[in-house]
Amino acid sequence: MNLTTSIIAASPAIALGVTGFVVVALGLFLKNASRYVFLAVSLLGLIISAGLAVNIWDQNLTGFSKMILADNFALVFYLLFIVSAILSMLLAMGSHEQQYMLFPEYFSVTLFATVGMGLMAASSNLLIIFLGLETLSISLYVLAAMKRTNEASLESAFKYFLLGAFSSSFLLYGIALVYGASGGFDLSNIAQVLSAGATGGEHKLLLIGGLLIVIGLGFKVALFPFHMWAPDVYQGAPTPITAFMSTGSKAAGFAAMLRILFTVTDGAAQDWNGILSVLAVSAMFVGNISALRQQNIKRMLAYSSIAHAGYILVGIVAWNETGAAGVIFYLLAYTFMNIGAFGALSFLSSEKRDIVARSDIQGLASSRPITAFLIATFMFALAGLPPTAGFMGKFYLFSAAVKAGHVWLVILGVINSMISLYYYLGIVISMYMRSSDKTETYARPNIAIAISLALAVTASLGLGLFPSFLMNTFEKVVSVIL
Amino acid sequence: MMKFPILTIVAGLPAFIALILLPIKNERLFKVVSLIGSLLTFTVSLPLYFAFQTNSEFQFTELCNWIPAIGASYNLGIDGISLFMVLLTTFLTPIIILSSWNSVKKSMKGFLIAMLMLETGILGAFMALDLLLFYMFWEVMLIPMYFLIGIWGGERRIYAAIKFVLYTVVGSLLMLVAILFIYYYHGGLTGDYTFNLLKIQQIHIPLGYQTWLFLAFGLSFAIKAPIFPFHTWLPDAHVEAPTGGSVILAGVLLKMGTYGFLRFCLPLFPHAVEKFTPLLLTLGVIGIIYGALVAMVQPDMKKLVAYSSVSHLGFVIIGVFSMNAQGVAGGVIQMVNHGLSTGALFLLVGMIYERRHTRLISEFGGLAKQLPIFTVFFMIATLSSIGLPGLNGFVGEYLILLGAFLHDKTYAIFATSGVILAAVYMLYMFQRVMFGKLENEKNKKLADLSAREICLMVPILALIILIGVYPGFILRKIEPSVNHLIHSVKTKQALEQKIDEPLALDTTHP
Repeated sequence: MNLTTSIIAASPAIALGVTGFVVVALGLFLKNASRYVFLAVSLLGLIISAGLAVNIWDQNLTGFSKMILADNFALVFYLLFIVSAILSMLLAMGSHEQQYMLFPEYFSVTLFATVGMGLMAASSNLLIIFLGLETLSISLYVLAAMKRTNEASLESAFKYFLLGAFSSSFLLYGIALVYGASGGFDLSNIAQVLSAGATGGEHKLLLIGGLLIVIGLGFKVALFPFHMWAPDVYQGAPTPITAFMSTGSKAAGFAAMLRILFTVTDGAAQDWNGILSVLAVSAMFVGNISALRQQNIKRMLAYSSIAHAGYILVGIVAWNETGAAGVIFYLLAYTFMNIGAFGALSFLSSEKRDIVARSDIQGLASSRPITAFLIATFMFALAGLPPTAGFMGKFYLFSAAVKAGHVWLVILGVINSMISLYYYLGIVISMYMRSSDKTETYARPNIAIAISLALAVTASLGLGLFPSFLMNTFEKVVSVIL
Repeated sequence: MMKFPILTIVAGLPAFIALILLPIKNERLFKVVSLIGSLLTFTVSLPLYFAFQTNSEFQFTELCNWIPAIGASYNLGIDGISLFMVLLTTFLTPIIILSSWNSVKKSMKGFLIAMLMLETGILGAFMALDLLLFYMFWEVMLIPMYFLIGIWGGERRIYAAIKFVLYTVVGSLLMLVAILFIYYYHGGLTGDYTFNLLKIQQIHIPLGYQTWLFLAFGLSFAIKAPIFPFHTWLPDAHVEAPTGGSVILAGVLLKMGTYGFLRFCLPLFPHAVEKFTPLLLTLGVIGIIYGALVAMVQPDMKKLVAYSSVSHLGFVIIGVFSMNAQGVAGGVIQMVNHGLSTGALFLLVGMIYERRHTRLISEFGGLAKQLPIFTVFFMIATLSSIGLPGLNGFVGEYLILLGAFLHDKTYAIFATSGVILAAVYMLYMFQRVMFGKLENEKNKKLADLSAREICLMVPILALIILIGVYPGFILRKIEPSVNHLIHSVKTKQALEQKIDEPLALDTTHP
């Protein structure tokens, strides 16, 4: 009975993991099978996992002695990761970079990464969160190094591996300190110790431990000053993988951060506001200002993703229901618009020509008007102009911060939005307002990427115009961690 | 209760037409469709005038939930002030489309779509009674205008487009922060978290907060209007924009700034308005004189008209902040007038530019002989812009100066000099372009206005004369709303004089 509940609670993750193994096994037996077979199996697994997550919605199950949670907060993140995985797999199917990818392995590693993300969101036990993070990280190291013959790509993957290992040890050290101070790995136990009035020394230990945990997760979400890997890895990895990494892994990091901070520091928010505000503001400024000068679009999006991590942190600093719900909303919106932006690059790139620089898309509006329109929409969404999901998300985060009285933080946030507008508009200018001097050759439209882009653009606009349902859902969802 | 959603139809129709245009390949066909579509929008909007009850209520209101989670609603309605802004927009759009018939060389379809989307954005912003909805429309206007300048503009179009966007966004993002602040303040005070303007208007915001909120809103509107010294984006945007873009920019978009002051700043922050009135009146006067002086020395006709806008909008600001019936009504009617006269001037300058590909005054001279119809039209528009009695400009400027005089004579005296300066720069240009000898060989071959051009100018000129002769048909509808606005602002100001800094409210709610 108990085991059954446990398995049901963990069923979304189990489904993902099993599918991953099935894909590898299939790859052994069906050596000459079309990669569409593997795609179909992987998508099926993802959809089943999503179905299982929806199935246990609102049941608040716990499994394996509370090691695995299946509260709505975890389930919402499962769904988010699955969306990210599906969209990026579709991109990978159509991308010219598939020549670098080992196909069955790509799918299974992505599925394993999704399991890792899921575990990070679905546990209140620090050890499981760490396990999730490691599962995710190791999968991502493999994915980042997919372009085995490209030196730059390998260098960036190696960099990612080294820094990732560092960040894992930060996290682990933090967990150790917290364990030392509180005697437990479970967040609710730690919270109890804290609220029972930890003595001076223990309190400090908890604070330092917490800080190290935030740093460890800060690497994953690419916050300044732990962002050094992001530009190189984003640029070096195949675009579909970058899309997955920049959205899914960021969401997983923030999921863990939200749960840890909100559960543990209940009532001790003041300790954290200062440091988190500084992290948020510096991430926004460093990300945006560095993005200004980038000619490579993937690199620009990498720097801007640092800034987006900063915006999201504003929602955490707000420390209220709206803020937490805003973080989830923004992560979802960011998933769609960022995968859309990367996907559009894949859509245009061919084996002969990789479209990565701004100059590559000059005059795109006249040769490929629909693609140009899509890119423009994603850029406006990332910049946070209405009526897009990006605007609603930012509005939601900033609104939470104003509610909590952090008006200055919001003013710095909107100043950053303005800076970011300059480089996002730069892309639009290249496409619409400059004419290409040479005849550009773009890849022939690919149906898999087109489906992914269509989903992304629909969601990027739909969430902006009709956000109400999700806002309501998320506000209910976050009540479990508040 | 289901009412006929006429405002939604008026505002949504252009966007709908834009969608219809998408699949059409035939250039002639989509031009005709967009023209008919914009004329249809105008036709649908006309009943608004006739059905508008002459009182101060918001009418044709539509209210339904949009984002119930945060209390944002789809809330539209117009009063006497926005009525004419809406009509001006729907009136000018078909004219702009007709004027761009042959002058837009590349991707005409994109131009038309941008123009129609822009119209929807503008109409929505004029109709919105919900702060968040207003903000959405306000920002939505930005994107098509950015494309209009950036794609179809002149040589320095990219610079101008970016400058336009960044200037506007600086203001509007701070406005967003202010909107959020008011939202939570109102919610905390009443327990009703809403963006509904009419509900929010009813509370008193502590005086200390009012100052900051007014500055945040005001900066946004001051940039849009534009008020000196925030005007520097305007000459670039105007000069680089295509004719149609300049007309919609000068004709309608600038009014968004002054309209914003009337709709949001005055009723929400009456005390801050009182405090900043001297500053704004001074900036208005500076704008009038500065704009006129700079206009005087412009070698380029379009730039001259652009700077004259700075001067004319200075008048509107003075009218609005005189805070009496004459001044505000004058300000509103001047908003309409400026849309018509400056719109006409931009159109005419555009026509001559199409023929000669230059707008330098020194290139012309003696056009009166070669282009008699053009000259007559230009003269009417010029005189309207100067404010000659019998034409529309006079009505607005007279009322504004009267209002300013009642408020404070000093401002009125300085502002009046703007009328004289306007006569100087406009007539000086007119004289150099139209009179004298027809010496330039290139000008001797110019053709006079075509039937299409006459068709599109006549309605504007007719309206210029009609308002000049019989302004009552507009003033009558404006008056109740203006009086109501002034009354409510004055009442609130008087009340707030009595309230000391409300400490009790401050501590709990940010």
